[in-house]
Amino acid sequence: MKFSLEWLKYFLDTDASAAEVAAALNRIGHEVEGIEDPADKLAGFRVAHVLTAAPHPDADKLQVLTVDTGEGDPLQVVCGAPNARAGMKGVLGLPGAVVPANGMELRKSAIRGVESNGMMCSVRELELGEEHDGIIELPEDAPVGQTFADYHDASPVFDVAITPNRPDCMGVQGIARDLAAAGLGAYKPVEASALEASGPCPVEIRTDDPEGCPAFYGRVIRGVDNTGTSPEWMQRRLIAAGQRVISPLVDATNYLMLAFGRPAHVYDLSKLSGAVVARRAKNGETVEALNEKTYTLDDTMTVIADDNDVHDIAGIMGGEHSGATEATTDVLLEIAYFDPERIGVTGRKLGLASDARTRFERGVDPAFLDDGLAILTNLIMKTCGGEPTEAVRSGTPPTDARTVTFDPDLTERLGGLAVPHDEQRAILTSLDFAVGDDWTVICPPRRHDIEGPADLVEEVVRIHGIDEVESEPLPRRPGVALPTATPLQQAERKLRRAAAARGLNEAITWSFLPTSEAEHFADSAQLWVLDNPISEDMKAMRPSLIPGLLSAAKRNADRGADSTRLFEIGRRYLHGSGGASDEKPTLGVVLAGDKTSRGWHSGKAQSFDAYDAKAEAVALLEAAGAPVANLMVMGEAGEQFHPGQSATLRLGPKNVLARFGALHPKTLKAFDVDGPVMAVEILLDSVPAKKGAGFARAHYAPPALQSLTRDFAFLVPADLAAGDLVKAVRGADKKAIVEARVFDVFEGQGVPEGKKSVAVEVTLQPGEKSFTDAEIKAISDKVVASAAKQGAELRG
Amino acid sequence: MTDLEHLKTDALTRIENAPDAAALEALRIEFLGKQGSISGLMKTLGKMTPEERQIQGPLLNGLRTETADAIAARKAVIEDAELEARLATESLDLTLPAPEAPKGSVHPVSQVMDELAEIFADLGFSVATGPEIEDEWHNFTALNMAETHPARAMHDTFYFPDVDSDGRRMLLRTHTSPVQIRSMVKQGAPIRIIAPGRVYRSDSDATHTPMFHQVEGLVIDRDIHLGHLKWTLETFLKAFFEREDIVLRLRPSYFPFTEPSVEVDVGWQDVNGRRVLGGDGDAPGHGWMELLGSGMVNARVIEFAGLDAQEWQGFAFGVGVDRLAMLKYGMDDLRAFFDGDQRWLDHYGFSPFDQPTLSAGVGAKA
Repeated sequence: MKFSLEWLKYFLDTDASAAEVAAALNRIGHEVEGIEDPADKLAGFRVAHVLTAAPHPDADKLQVLTVDTGEGDPLQVVCGAPNARAGMKGVLGLPGAVVPANGMELRKSAIRGVESNGMMCSVRELELGEEHDGIIELPEDAPVGQTFADYHDASPVFDVAITPNRPDCMGVQGIARDLAAAGLGAYKPVEASALEASGPCPVEIRTDDPEGCPAFYGRVIRGVDNTGTSPEWMQRRLIAAGQRVISPLVDATNYLMLAFGRPAHVYDLSKLSGAVVARRAKNGETVEALNEKTYTLDDTMTVIADDNDVHDIAGIMGGEHSGATEATTDVLLEIAYFDPERIGVTGRKLGLASDARTRFERGVDPAFLDDGLAILTNLIMKTCGGEPTEAVRSGTPPTDARTVTFDPDLTERLGGLAVPHDEQRAILTSLDFAVGDDWTVICPPRRHDIEGPADLVEEVVRIHGIDEVESEPLPRRPGVALPTATPLQQAERKLRRAAAARGLNEAITWSFLPTSEAEHFADSAQLWVLDNPISEDMKAMRPSLIPGLLSAAKRNADRGADSTRLFEIGRRYLHGSGGASDEKPTLGVVLAGDKTSRGWHSGKAQSFDAYDAKAEAVALLEAAGAPVANLMVMGEAGEQFHPGQSATLRLGPKNVLARFGALHPKTLKAFDVDGPVMAVEILLDSVPAKKGAGFARAHYAPPALQSLTRDFAFLVPADLAAGDLVKAVRGADKKAIVEARVFDVFEGQGVPEGKKSVAVEVTLQPGEKSFTDAEIKAISDKVVASAAKQGAELRG
Repeated sequence: MTDLEHLKTDALTRIENAPDAAALEALRIEFLGKQGSISGLMKTLGKMTPEERQIQGPLLNGLRTETADAIAARKAVIEDAELEARLATESLDLTLPAPEAPKGSVHPVSQVMDELAEIFADLGFSVATGPEIEDEWHNFTALNMAETHPARAMHDTFYFPDVDSDGRRMLLRTHTSPVQIRSMVKQGAPIRIIAPGRVYRSDSDATHTPMFHQVEGLVIDRDIHLGHLKWTLETFLKAFFEREDIVLRLRPSYFPFTEPSVEVDVGWQDVNGRRVLGGDGDAPGHGWMELLGSGMVNARVIEFAGLDAQEWQGFAFGVGVDRLAMLKYGMDDLRAFFDGDQRWLDHYGFSPFDQPTLSAGVGAKA
């Protein structure tokens, strides 16, 4: 909310400077987001006296003026305004000044060959209003040479963020009241002056919806003139508040709202027929609002209507049809109390925001209907004249003041601030709370936010000074702090740093994907798809970490990166039981581009292959605590992967811990990425937790005798998995054979069609005694026999 | 000169001049081989009289030893020269690049979350988590934001069409605060947790992204008041930024889930155009930066979480993790956090060995 210091001083007797006011506002919970001093904008503009005016020799519409600026010789200024004439006083912008309305810096220049030393300004150019028919005419007594900022009494403007719990401060009056309580000055209440009402109100006013509109007050004013302009002081305050000046009638309601936080409405009486009633809208009923948009209503919404039409979406926006115009002469004023919750619901349903709604849905002062109506009537009559009728009232606003049983010691227990009881009493009283001797506190009805004792603690603490709260250490248990991380947190931390140590860069990618990309990785039935995404690219929650990383890899490639190795640890989002989400911890890796770039030593650039993906999968699973020695490599990594170059790592045939391999060319095409690209996805939720191990490792002593190796070259069927052969070899003598490792695979010349040669290095570990030649021969025979069961024959 | 002396001079001279290993070996055979001249002389000893042997024995033995030593010495010289000659042919241009290993990195958000966990662990807080796809009850209602509460509309919430089995509408959590509720419901009180994680608002401009990271703090106990909140935030910020001159300014504010509510500003100083936290925000060249939202947990929230608000009270706070990372480590564009740009990650990412520890200071120096 914006307001000027001058307006604030209408409600607050204070000598405080703008900076002091701002500091106090911040201190008591009204955050000042900015102070704008119009004097800054008006620097370089001053009151000037036009001495002579002569036609421009070269232009019909221009005049050449000599202008007295109060110092030095008069200046020559070229001016195009029709009202410029000798003897008048106006506002001159000197070279160097910046025109507020357009940011143009004035310079000494030649206009059609005639030198001009500044510019005589219009109202609009100085952002003082809309008027632009001619230059500003100042009264004859305006002191020549005075800065215009001083002459105009430009007042600093505060931009204050009012928190939603304080609708009572959505008017300058409320802010003044809070500042007075904080000791910044004396609050000056504005009394509604008495009215000379002439006769009863001719219009029947009624509320047929006491739930939505408990109170509806109004009156008619006859014979108003809405053709002029609002008084200068009002315009100035409205403009300072960022409110456009519209017409005297509309300006008066806006003024009431901004000064007192009280929205009201003015109807053109000639557009109404019959009783004016607050009622529920009929389903499908429509109204064209003042924003010139048509809204379709339903029966949960309260409206103000006459016999024929809806004229107001209650508490939110008036209707275009019955709004005040220049032709308006008789008006009906409406001041009502609407149920805050229902205003909010209606506003959200219609997607319609307004200053009135903001105030009504937070709650206006239920005790300010009669005074508000009187003040509004007076404001209108001062500008527009007219004869008011008596007020009419239908229904009553809520009057039940909330009572809180307060314990002043709670201020210290909760707020950590020892405020003397009498000071607490004084603070609450200055905020209009009625404090009984027994600390029963009756709240002013406008303070909808006060629900219990904690709220009163807040009132006391914020006015006393919350920054005075002293730090108090949290109690801590003796000794060194205990570890707190859960097993999953520990695993994730270790995994993250293991991945980075392996040369992968951790990325964080969006949780949401374009639906098409998400559907590439999961059935659409499994997906969480947003109702109101910020864009179509951020619509479906990711069912896998690969798509986000793949898109990042593409962006890197598009930027010319040769190589991208990204990983991410995050959640994949699936549907769980009972309509809840099932968010599973996941690690994703994408390897794209070159594994090694071309080098003087290494030759051509090398691409990543599926074994690189396997290396990451296995190493990272190990870092995550999975028993990697027991894992099986099995197929079916998913249709996103290359069918022949991908696999899963499983613990037992069903429990998939990870999938890895080359991505399918169709996946790459869908993401518009050049391949090959490798990917790994580790399903951390499937990695079994380690059983409660202690710190001590299993006992180990290095064997006394050295191990030895024997090589075996087998011819095997071309489609035999090397892993199956190795498993058979290892199983040939579980005691003696501690390792079996493939060190060569060969197909081609010398190897029969349909076969391949696989060479395995077998490590034998003797126990107490060295192996005899006979024992080694026996083990070798067992190896060959075991391999033979897989269709392997020893090469000659 | 005796014959023996002649032989010796001749042998030593020729050995000294032997050009290579082969020539030296030929000389060894000539003098010391089975048929060698010195070996031949040695054999004559047996035929000598004891008196002759007494004289000739030491002379011949000396000759043999001296010759053998000379051969060994020469051999070493020749081998050294050969080795040197070979090495001279083996020199490498070590200005050529060595094989490169890729350097990985940890994302700043993860790094900062690890730092937070480390600091708060020392203060007795554990790390709690909760779902990001939340229901409206946990995200709003239980946090004292009824359906019609204006603050709900201010949250720019992403909604799903789905409802859960209790008929609650599903949404993306707008803050980490629902973890407060879940933690209190699950663990009861007393409780000290932080809850870092992803949160979502449908807001996107230069300084806002629709997804960002927040960390929530919650302490519920019997005698916790605003002073404890202030101390905790001060202590945390001093440890996090590793400076003792952190100054806080508390301002009253409003959050539906706390009462009283406190906005916390931190003093900063302009250092070469960068805002560096530290010092009194009111001092010349300083300013205040709004950093944290906090307050005493609203009694209604405590009751929604199934605890007795007469018995338990405490504080909660929330702060942007990305923001903390930016302030500490100097990034200035939030959008870059979520782009996965290799260059950015190389520049702003952390070594895996920068594991935060209290003894080394939780932060990683540039």
